[in-house]
Amino acid sequence: MYRIGVLSVPVVMVTGAFIGMVLAVQSYSQFRQMHMENRMGAMIVLSLLTELGPVLAAVMLAGRVGSSMAAELGTMRVTEQIEALRALGADPLHHLVLPRFLACVLLIPLLTTIADSVGILGGWFFSVLVLGMDTFDFWHYALQMVVAYDVFIGLTKSVFFGAVIALMACHRGFHCGAGAEGVGRAATESFVASFIGILVIDFFLGVFLNDLYYFIYT
Amino acid sequence: MPTHDRSPTHWNQRTLPSATSLDPTDSVPVIEFRNVSKGFSTQPVLRDLDVIVHPGETLAIIGESGCGKSVMMKLMMSLLTPDVGDIHWFGNSIVGKSERKLRQDRLRFGYLFQGAALFDSLTVAENVAFGLRQNTDLDEDRIRQLVLERLREVGLSDNICRKKPAELSGGMKKRVGLARAMALTPDVMFYDEPTTGLDPIMSDVINELILRTRARRPVTSVVVTHDMHTVRKVADRVVILYPLSQLAEGESQIIFEGTAEEAFASDDSRVLQFVRGEAGERINELAIA
Repeated sequence: MYRIGVLSVPVVMVTGAFIGMVLAVQSYSQFRQMHMENRMGAMIVLSLLTELGPVLAAVMLAGRVGSSMAAELGTMRVTEQIEALRALGADPLHHLVLPRFLACVLLIPLLTTIADSVGILGGWFFSVLVLGMDTFDFWHYALQMVVAYDVFIGLTKSVFFGAVIALMACHRGFHCGAGAEGVGRAATESFVASFIGILVIDFFLGVFLNDLYYFIYT
Repeated sequence: MPTHDRSPTHWNQRTLPSATSLDPTDSVPVIEFRNVSKGFSTQPVLRDLDVIVHPGETLAIIGESGCGKSVMMKLMMSLLTPDVGDIHWFGNSIVGKSERKLRQDRLRFGYLFQGAALFDSLTVAENVAFGLRQNTDLDEDRIRQLVLERLREVGLSDNICRKKPAELSGGMKKRVGLARAMALTPDVMFYDEPTTGLDPIMSDVINELILRTRARRPVTSVVVTHDMHTVRKVADRVVILYPLSQLAEGESQIIFEGTAEEAFASDDSRVLQFVRGEAGERINELAIA
């Protein structure tokens, strides 16, 4: 949990902060053309909470944590440590997969929350202190447009992303090929598979959760 | 007839099993292969093997690299499942048994892996204690005492306990691996190339440990090795496996079964080549002009 959670905080904070600022930079001129620059806060907060925060935090973790887990389990496979666990009466799934799965599923929502928060602050910082937007407008329209369900969407997605990262990493690690090449390939494949999985799940969950919203609130 | 309980259920008690157990006069084989075949993808490795491991004996399995010795040992330990055939432990078939049941039964077997397979993230003491913590309800003081006992049995001192496997030499890793495998006082010990990669002195230390383990309690041992010195020193019986790729269809993969002395006196050139370490006509495979 320490490795997956605590050590990932700086990476997630840096990613979140820059994504928030990039959103402000890229959207400012278009919002200005429509004379709607005071609404930018809503767009930044909404984008971060429902899409960019969860997806980018998950992608960063798939690279940082997922690859590391796949390489670690792959090394355990090629050095017969997984077979040693079985020989000593232990269940490798219980000892190796379950803790990693739980750590990812439980901690990624927390890391996503950090990424969202820092991203929103980054967007506010650039919009208000660099682009000269009014701070009241930023927060006013953000609070007006964003509802609790948007936070729920982002956090729900992050739970699924955590599960995908853990399962892909453990699967690739457990089925690692022989030698250093096999371990390297397992780490790479874990990241690629997690990345694709995150995007696919993001799409389907996005559709499902939006439909659910209209089903519940209409 | 043995009076002690040798059924796998005695492991349910979650206490450290007392040193039992195997009666060399018992007619029930410890391990029996019946027509076992195993392959990986399209590559067959073992074909129609019939092998018996008798109680109390030390069986050496030798043969060229890639002939399937380690695969055979992993099948014996049920770390792999056969494609065809049946494997029996103490007279009971294990093929088709659930992994949960096998996990419990496997505790009667200790396995020294080729590279020791120590858990990198754990210290030496934690490695040796792993099986005890996993499978018994012993208190920490007793576990600590047993760990030190096992380490001393393999000639290692207490001050190694806090070291990580990466800080150990090859010989020390093997000895820690042996201490870990013996922690649960198994009835059967598997040694996968126990002396490979070690200097001659450390190899002899390992051979001596195998002999002492057997002298301390009546353990059945299976040793996979290339080292004829080890075979002569520790083995009661030798099985020589031959690579399937070198055999004709229908030819037995076991080209020799007997004592080490009989192997050296064999009239089969393939057996002699291996035990004497001579390439013979196989040197032609290198296509050296």
